[in-house]
Amino acid sequence: MARTKPKNTYLMGLRDGLPFLLVAGPFGLLFGVVAAEAGLTAPQALAFSTVVFAGAAQFAALQLMVENAPVLIIVATALAVNLRMAMYSAWLAPWLGAAPLWQRALAGYLNVDQSFACSAVRFEQYPDWTVPQRLGFFFGVVSPIAPAWVAMTALGLWLGEGIPDWLALDFAMPICFLALIGPMMRTAAHLAAAFTSVALALLLAGVPYNLGLLVAALVAMMVGAQVELWQARRAEI
Amino acid sequence: MSNATIWAIIVAVGIGTFLLRFSFLGVLGAASLPQWVLRHLRYTAVAVLPGLVAPLVLWPAATGGTPDLPRFAAAVATVGVGYFTRNVIAAIGAGAVTLYALLWLTGLSG
Repeated sequence: MARTKPKNTYLMGLRDGLPFLLVAGPFGLLFGVVAAEAGLTAPQALAFSTVVFAGAAQFAALQLMVENAPVLIIVATALAVNLRMAMYSAWLAPWLGAAPLWQRALAGYLNVDQSFACSAVRFEQYPDWTVPQRLGFFFGVVSPIAPAWVAMTALGLWLGEGIPDWLALDFAMPICFLALIGPMMRTAAHLAAAFTSVALALLLAGVPYNLGLLVAALVAMMVGAQVELWQARRAEI
Repeated sequence: MSNATIWAIIVAVGIGTFLLRFSFLGVLGAASLPQWVLRHLRYTAVAVLPGLVAPLVLWPAATGGTPDLPRFAAAVATVGVGYFTRNVIAAIGAGAVTLYALLWLTGLSG
């Protein structure tokens, strides 16, 4: 009897998330190394990776702690770096909004660049997924990454400076995100938004607290939406 | 910086980050957003991610911010292969091969 089994989206998410071990691994390792250098205790470094769970913000906070910046500036900077996640949250809301509160809270805690980027590809590719299927996928993506992030922080604390430079691990993160960006360029509107984002992010790179990226992203979203409208209008004529 | 201060920073950044991540998911729930908002949200990923990595590609931290041919070429290869094959793993492979090959070649000449 051919009964179509609902797709196991958790496994699919797991598979989509696996390449990001290449990102979370080295990045977490590096955080452990830098945290030890900065004089954080092991419990502090591990708490940082568990509670905050956001690479770029952790590095930014650490950098300012080393410079002995005022506490308020440190917290505000780290949060500014994470502001983009509020945008992810807004994007996720229509897709996951019908889930119970505790599941949405868990998804909120695990709402990171990787889970958002993978979901952005799949949710639009499979618009008929149910909310539990979407959540399954979302949690699948972070299942390998979240424990790896903390474990690699611990390894970095322990290894210290012993990682060779020729591995060029610094570039694992850019490559993984660039690999996701290519397949996202489905329409002229996506291309226009991406080019706007790159151009403005580079132009505004000097703006403090990563605010340049936020401005670039907001303008790029408007450009994408506008181009979509123009194309729709042209198609009607 | 005292231990207590460090812990305070970790907790404050942790709570703030969670509130940012949960924000719309928590408040909106199943409420539907107006069309024009959804039209903008469709471009969130392509609006944030390219801008997030562009400075890392052009001014890599590993070279102290000086543009670096192997890293730039690897970025171009990754996006190009990703765009034409729509295959994320193939794109990562192309980027990694380009990066290591060029790092090795430039290392030989330098």
